Order: sequence, then structure tokens, then C-alpha cells
Amino acid sequence: MTPPRKREQGLVRAYVVTDGRAHPTRNTLDIVSLVNAVPGRSPAGLTPERRAVMDLCRGGALSVAEVAGYLALPISVTKVLISDLIDSGHIIARAAIPKAQLPDVQLLQEVLDGLRARL
Amino acid sequence: MGSAPASDRALVPPGGTPSYVADSVRTAAKILVVGHFAVGKTTFVGTLSEIRPLRTEEPLSQAGAHVDDLAGVPDKTATTVAMDFGRLTLSDSLVLYLFGAPGQKRFTRLWTDMLQGALGALVLADTRRLHQSFDVMGLLEEFGMPYAVAVNQFDGAPHFPEEEIREALDLLPDTPLIGCDARDTASSTKALIALVEHLQTRPALAPQES
Repeated sequence: MTPPRKREQGLVRAYVVTDGRAHPTRNTLDIVSLVNAVPGRSPAGLTPERRAVMDLCRGGALSVAEVAGYLALPISVTKVLISDLIDSGHIIARAAIPKAQLPDVQLLQEVLDGLRARL
Repeated sequence: MGSAPASDRALVPPGGTPSYVADSVRTAAKILVVGHFAVGKTTFVGTLSEIRPLRTEEPLSQAGAHVDDLAGVPDKTATTVAMDFGRLTLSDSLVLYLFGAPGQKRFTRLWTDMLQGALGALVLADTRRLHQSFDVMGLLEEFGMPYAVAVNQFDGAPHFPEEEIREALDLLPDTPLIGCDARDTASSTKALIALVEHLQTRPALAPQES
């Protein structure tokens, strides 16, 4: 008999928690977009998964990828959940695609300076 | 050694204590760390990350059904792909995320997510298996993603003159080739620095498509 595989559990449920949707309602979310919970917004009425995202994001900002990592959800699913929560006013994206605002040249220099400072 | 740590399970901390991004941070940048299986991506990310590296698993059957060809892949675990990532705070206002992922074409959705807005990629290579780096380099070129190559120096792996490695990998003259030890913080940092310096030299950076 094949023993049950614990790791499969999250993946089967994953697209159930998004009502079967694979695409987020907005395309502006990057995997490094920083999101946090809107202070004082009640999670009442949210599904357990959306509530878990809310709870995680209450403590401060995390990237979409980190939310996925902490909740053991695929990034694609996490993007759907976070998009929904942004639409419903529970989550805000802090650094919404900053790369468009910051010149690449300046950003690269800041990255370089930051890396050099670590040596 | 530049391979995956023994305790892979520890990379998946559902309910683990989150390490939040500082309130002052306004910008999040990302760099990809790519290469073939067991080339040291996870080690590299773990060496540089200030948070415990996180792992996500992406189902492939859904993610790219129209391009995935899983025929002849008997093991169901092949229908997910794992990605490890970590974070470095570079200044009060800037964090850098490092994403370590396999360079295989069928992970299309994941690649698109990772590549979008990425500054560039560091290709890790192993002198014992240089030819295995072709796939990922080809993929990066296809997406127009600039990269540098870092040879992860495994204990006991042969050392070749730089010219020979360049030739074996068929590198363009201006593509940086660096040696690094993915276990060593300074060495790994220098590899990233070489990449970013290379990115700075590129004429007229093309705007990122979205």
C-alpha cells in the first residue's frame, strides 16, 4: 500500500482555495511586490486561506513570494489570493512595481553600493 | 559543497516566524540564481540570505499545460518545481531578493514570474558538467535576460584556465566569468557584484516588458 503523501495535500487544495482560478485579477503583482495587511481591517468573512494571508501580513510587509513560502502555497495561487484581498481592501501593496519608477541605472548603482557594503 | 543542504525540509516553514521587511523599504529588486540540478543554487541563496531561505513549490500540470510534455515521466513528483529564495537588505530603502530556480524550459510560468522585472541572472556552473549549463544559458538569451557565469568551485572538481571554460561554454567576450564558492559569503557577494557591474555596462537598458 502506498503511504499517504503529506506534501501533496497543499497542491490538491491549492486551486480549490482560489475557486479554481489560476490567474489573479490584476497583473501588476510581481513576486517581489511588498504587501501588508490594511491596519484595523477585520478578516471576518474571509476563507481560511485568505485569513491566513491576512494574519501573516499583519506583522509587516512581505513579498508575494515570501507569503507563498510561509504559507506553503504555490506562488501562482498566492497571487490570486493576494489580488482578491487587494480588491476587497484587506491588503495593500507597498512597493507596487517600483522598477517602473526608479531608473534602472540608479537602481543598479544602489544594488551595487549595497552589495559592496557587505564585503 | 555547493549542493542542497541536508535538511531540505527546514526550508518549508509553514507557520514559521516571518521576518518582515523594514518599514522604510520602498524598493524590492530581484536577481535570479540559475543553473542545472545540484550546481549549488540553494547553497548560494542560503549563504547570502539574511532570512532563512524559503521554498515554494509550483505545480506544473496547471502552470503550463500547453507547453509541458510530461510524457514518459513516470514519477508524479515531476509535476512540481521547487524554487528557493532569500532576501538581502541593501539599504534602508532597498531589499534584494535572490531566486534560485532550475533552468528548464518547461517551467514556463515560473520563469515568466521570475524573469519579469529581474535585474539579471547569475548562472552557476560546475566544471565537471559544463555542458549542462547550455540549457539555462540558452533560455536566458531567449528571454533577453543578461547574465554572468560563476563557476562554483566544488572540492575536487578540476580547475581549467578561464579561456578553456569560456570556450566550453561558448561565452560572449563581454559575459563575465567568475569563480566562486557558494558556501562563502564574500565570494558569493563578489559574484553578484560582478554581475551587477556587468549590468551597468550594458548600453541603453531595454525597458522590462510586462
